[in-house]
Amino acid sequence: MEIIDLNSVAVRELNQLLQMRDGVVSEKKFKVLHPGGRHALSVGLTHPIDVTIEGHTGYYCGGMNQEARITVNGNVGTGVAENMMSGCVRVKGDASQSAGATAHGGLLVIEGDASARCAISLKGGDVVVFGSVGHMAAFMAQAGRLVVLGDVGDDLGDSLYEADIYVRGTVASLGADCEEKEMTSDCCSELESLLVEAEVAADVAKFRRFGSARNLYHFNIDNVGEY
Amino acid sequence: MCGIVGLYLKNPEIRDRLGAYFSPMLEQMSDRGPDSAGVAIYRDEVSQSAKITLYDFDLNFDWLAVAADATCDLGVDISVNRISNHAILTGEIKSATLRRWVEEKRPNITVMSSGNNLEIYKEVGLPSDVLTRFGIPQISGSHAIGHTRMATESAVTTEGAHPFNTGDDLCLVHNGSLSNHHRLRGWLRDHAGFKFQTENDSEVAAAYLTWRLGQGATIAEALEAALLDLDGFYTFAIGTSDGFSVLRDPIACKPAVMAETDDWVAMASEFRALAQLPGVDEARVWEPEPATVYSWGQA
Repeated sequence: MEIIDLNSVAVRELNQLLQMRDGVVSEKKFKVLHPGGRHALSVGLTHPIDVTIEGHTGYYCGGMNQEARITVNGNVGTGVAENMMSGCVRVKGDASQSAGATAHGGLLVIEGDASARCAISLKGGDVVVFGSVGHMAAFMAQAGRLVVLGDVGDDLGDSLYEADIYVRGTVASLGADCEEKEMTSDCCSELESLLVEAEVAADVAKFRRFGSARNLYHFNIDNVGEY
Repeated sequence: MCGIVGLYLKNPEIRDRLGAYFSPMLEQMSDRGPDSAGVAIYRDEVSQSAKITLYDFDLNFDWLAVAADATCDLGVDISVNRISNHAILTGEIKSATLRRWVEEKRPNITVMSSGNNLEIYKEVGLPSDVLTRFGIPQISGSHAIGHTRMATESAVTTEGAHPFNTGDDLCLVHNGSLSNHHRLRGWLRDHAGFKFQTENDSEVAAAYLTWRLGQGATIAEALEAALLDLDGFYTFAIGTSDGFSVLRDPIACKPAVMAETDDWVAMASEFRALAQLPGVDEARVWEPEPATVYSWGQA
């Protein structure tokens, strides 16, 4: 395992190393010390390596990730794993707002809570939160899955295109054009395998499913007078 | 953008380290606001007497003459302590009386703060330069609030830097922008008699809270009312003579993070401002909820 201490190495050097910009190295495991809330740690990775960050990070940790498995032993700031393409980002603490924003693929696991706008504009990735999430979760999400084991704040799934939302706790309120859907047996088995992948034990029968009512998809002639 | 920080020392034994703990916090927020910076320090309470912070751009300004004139006019001893281009005036008199004297007799001087233990220092330039200029790293006290500014609503000037003080020992720093500040400023001017020093939206928020407190509200009640009356984006840190409070708007676009140990409680726009604080590894760290008032001390 290679250890990188950010008290002596610059963030740019760290990312250059992890991105293998100076050639692919044989080392597959990396540990990052003293993140100190710095932004853009471990971003743009494209190789199947393991990166563990020991402490709290700033904005966009694990952004644009492909293939890599990133673990943060602490909290993360705004936009963790934003625009992730594949791989896995696991946060042992809490996440600030816009966690997993626009993620196209991969799995984001937040073992604590996530704040506002979690999985905003999700485009196909999976986000699993063991705790609770704040307001406007999955705002304008287009594809992918958001799973919340705790409670959800106001306006869940506002202006949702598609994407599946599974919630075990309470929902403060649904956003425009988001509705509760039937929990089919296919949904149950899909959720079950996602929970296994996220490494959390939970009874799928306790979850409710939400999705798009698809009323905002088309212009409604009855509303013509409003324009 | 803008960066804000606040630090309240719960443990009186470490109050000689207030500036040493606080200065790296503010400096870490330089990227969020390199235009200007300001610090509010609460220390050396002069109970029953006045402490006011004054500013003039001239480093050689004759503050002794101001103190001598005030002593003569008001009939009490007014002492002065020059700190760079700021000066602290103290005396056995009501702070409002001393403030009014300065505003009437020396209208060209800017009153930065008035109260019993608050001092405000602010200046254009990089936060690290502002900290050094006023000797903040060496300062002791109970709590401090700071701001690094990236101006959006009004000009980059010393007066336009935060914190803003509009009533005794109350000050406010703000990350965000208010959309109804123009109308509210007019209302506070016409109905409550407030005088404004700047065109800054945040000064209006400070005046609004001062007005609410003057109506008998607690700081928590004033902030609850602010949620209804202030329109726009904000994370506020508010200092009072014996505590500090934090409030975010209901949409919570502007960031904030808090941390607490047995020794201190701190807030900042970003965690990196807290990362150097002694004991932060064991601190409880969390993001304040939207539209929720957080208060420490007697705030």
